[in-house]
Amino acid sequence: MSDQAASPGPAAAEKKEEEAEQPSHGSFGQNLRDSILEGNTITVTVLAIFTAFVVGGLLNAFTNTTVLHAWGSFFSAPGHAITTAWDTAVGAYVEMFEGSIFNPHTVAALFQQASFATAVHDGYLSAVFNPLSETCVQATPLILAGLAVALPYQAGLFNIGAQSQLIGGMILATYLGYGVSLPFFVHVVVCVIGGFVGGAAIGWLVGELKARTGAHEVVVTIMMNYIMLYFLAYLLSFGYLMQAPHTSNEITSPIAGDAHLPLLFGSHLRINAGFLIALACAAGVWWLLNRTTTGFEFRSIGKNPSAARVAGMNVERTWVLVMLIAGGLAGLSGATVIQGTDFTLNFQSYGSYGITAITVALLGLGRPLGVVLAGLLFGALDAGAPLMQAATGTPVSMVLVLQAVIVLFVAAPPLIRATYRLRGARAGGVGGVMSKGWNA
Amino acid sequence: MELELKGITKRFGSLVANDRIDLTVAPGQVHALLGENGAGKTTLMNVLYGLLQPDEGEIVLDNKAVRFGSPKDAIAAGIGMVHQHFMLVPVFTVAENVTLGIEETRPSGLLDRRKARKDVRELSQRYGLEVDPDAVVEDLPVGIQQRVEIVKALVREATVLILDEPTAVLTPAETEDLFRIIRQLQDGGKSIVFISHKLKEVQAIADTITVLRRGKVVGERPPGTTEDELASLMVGRDVQLRVSKQAAKPGDVVLDVADLTVTDETGRVWVNGMSFQVRAGEILGVAGVQGNGQTELCEALMGLLPTASGRVTLSGRDLTHATPAQRLHAGFAYVPEDRQEDGLIGEFSVADNMVLDMYSRPPFASGINLNLGAIARNAAERVQEFDVRTTSATAPVSTLSGGNQQKVILARELSHEHKVLLASQPTRGLDVGSIEFVHRRIVDQRDKGVAVLIVSAELDEIYALADRIAVMYEGKITGFRPPTVPVEELGLLMAGASDEDSGPSGPEPTPSAPTAIPGAGQ
Repeated sequence: MSDQAASPGPAAAEKKEEEAEQPSHGSFGQNLRDSILEGNTITVTVLAIFTAFVVGGLLNAFTNTTVLHAWGSFFSAPGHAITTAWDTAVGAYVEMFEGSIFNPHTVAALFQQASFATAVHDGYLSAVFNPLSETCVQATPLILAGLAVALPYQAGLFNIGAQSQLIGGMILATYLGYGVSLPFFVHVVVCVIGGFVGGAAIGWLVGELKARTGAHEVVVTIMMNYIMLYFLAYLLSFGYLMQAPHTSNEITSPIAGDAHLPLLFGSHLRINAGFLIALACAAGVWWLLNRTTTGFEFRSIGKNPSAARVAGMNVERTWVLVMLIAGGLAGLSGATVIQGTDFTLNFQSYGSYGITAITVALLGLGRPLGVVLAGLLFGALDAGAPLMQAATGTPVSMVLVLQAVIVLFVAAPPLIRATYRLRGARAGGVGGVMSKGWNA
Repeated sequence: MELELKGITKRFGSLVANDRIDLTVAPGQVHALLGENGAGKTTLMNVLYGLLQPDEGEIVLDNKAVRFGSPKDAIAAGIGMVHQHFMLVPVFTVAENVTLGIEETRPSGLLDRRKARKDVRELSQRYGLEVDPDAVVEDLPVGIQQRVEIVKALVREATVLILDEPTAVLTPAETEDLFRIIRQLQDGGKSIVFISHKLKEVQAIADTITVLRRGKVVGERPPGTTEDELASLMVGRDVQLRVSKQAAKPGDVVLDVADLTVTDETGRVWVNGMSFQVRAGEILGVAGVQGNGQTELCEALMGLLPTASGRVTLSGRDLTHATPAQRLHAGFAYVPEDRQEDGLIGEFSVADNMVLDMYSRPPFASGINLNLGAIARNAAERVQEFDVRTTSATAPVSTLSGGNQQKVILARELSHEHKVLLASQPTRGLDVGSIEFVHRRIVDQRDKGVAVLIVSAELDEIYALADRIAVMYEGKITGFRPPTVPVEELGLLMAGASDEDSGPSGPEPTPSAPTAIPGAGQ
């Protein structure tokens, strides 16, 4: 497309019209092949993940001291060096797989039991499913917070502030968890709603500021992250606020048992109703975007705000609404962490979910299903990391490297296209936002 | 210098933009390149100017084959180009702009401004360009800026000048001036390639007319060829250039605009106390050179820009401060000036674009739920009714040609209930066939009793459609005229001469206009 770039505005415009006059035709198979070769966003994303794993493996192999020693004697035993490198790289991934999806040893253990009933009772069956359960547990907040980034993206807004909204949700959900006493189920629901409201309030504030003053949401959300961080620190520092009584630690009292999200498969597995909430929200966001008038407005404003305005849509009000819903989703993410796994709120609870969420939304191409898949992938990486470190000595930070490299490649589609000789074509996708700049 | 293009072929993927084009420009000739948008005119010129490399064929200068790797080579060989959009630095003077890139320095290493000024003055004199070398470009009217571009090419010793749609931004008077300059350049031995899709201009200026269609040369004609013949060559079938229409039967006043003033955020006044009325069953055409507040007038009428003062009423209902949605509901149908930017969402399907301002009304929505079935049915019907050429109603609207995109907008706007049709530059960039279609639909609307307001910079369009012409200059109406008004008079009004200036002594050329509604707001 270099000629396109070289030609001046009017020429490009005319050429566009020329090209538009002849829509492409062809058989289904041909179209399929073209769409793969053309390097559309999904193909690129899958290849980006694959490439990241290759790069991660190489990195792992060539930072491992055993491997480096083996390379030292490369000329005396070249085969040894290569096999050591291969074993190290693959070994880490195998452990990660066993920690996050399925571990053959647990199956073997299951079949050595005398009867199925005792196996279930002693937790051997749970052990088989434990990696998957952990993956889902890790994925839950990532999916919800990822949706909180993906939804505004569809409306043309870049929500960097899932972190602040998530903290807002955590604060309210936690407070309702230990501060009020309600019957089981009612209490769970009240806390979950509280989480939504806590996040939505922060998101609403961002949207309102943008709508009324034109403040750029990227700047405002980044600032909100700091504000909520220090607000949380403040709340946790004083007994008369949210700090647990009789302690000097920055931690709240645990939430009531009634407020815990119910476990889905018994006490041996941590997977809980939060995962279902995440899936339901993903489905809800899909429905909202694709089947409702509100979603039509979101998408219109995201693709072309001026045409949306001409068509009579209220762009400012939509900004407020979309940020409110997004904040609520991030808040839900916080609530599932508190009510599903942590049960108290401390200064580590918010982790880096809100930041990883941006990556998840990016990798998920800003679409609900994509966010679920990306959330599961990142959840699996997080779930598998501890076993990988324990079994092979590969540091947990390896996961961060993988995540970062994935994003690097997803954000640079031309790099992937060039690597795999894909025909460059369709610009755009979420990567486009990253490389072109916001609201481009 | 004789310029010859031999068998030039340029492909973009599967599309052949230029298909074995042969073209000879004799020295001192004005050679017009006529064709619709997308016929391959600009591509051909970009090949000639070194911006694109031909896949086949060669460029021959004085019987010597040449290759242009970049515009630099083309300029060195004596080819100059004046782009449709000028490439000037607004804050620089004319002389500075002209020398930019080929600055000469004095022995001391400082810029030789004196020589630059002298060069400009000399060329200006020789070809009657009347360009002041010390004027700052941003202060100059568009017509003069264009001449600065011509001087730029001449300073670089161009013997072949390519003018890409040079009249698109000019008033009729400026166009006349440009033609005079072209003649003088011609007398000075320069060859001119004049790219246009306007038949009248091509007839007026060209020595030879080459017609392009779908990337191929379909004919070479002398300037005496009739408009109809040129048009059918361009389009490939017989076309009717002038919409046949009955005399208007104006009814009640539908749209009443009184003392409308519109300012932008910076406080600049774009529309300055405009008053006019549009009656049911008539077409009011607002003529004027672009940039005189027409865009802002339309946006204010649609509620996209705030009204600073004045009143807008639709059938007696005050809409001065209504939102765009309220206005659409109240009976406005709006075809915006920039269809890509304001009229359509390129990535959305044809079907979605056809309900872009109706998605929340039944039958397209019930409550918050979109009724996808109704949207698809609507699209199928409208595609048929308006003959939209698309692979399917689910195709992104950006894959359609400009004419078909405009049909999508028209289909949408005419399918919701409306009393006023407000169309801004409704055929800009469209080919002759699509223009015919759009004009017919607009006249149909008038005949159905809709009040129609057309804003257009194309005088041909104003003449073809309007039952009454209002001329706009610097945010004001300089006069109302019937469509029988001579073009020279319109040109004067477009340049700012208002009825008040000419006074009562001037001959009133509009005595017997049957469709004129005098006095509206003057």
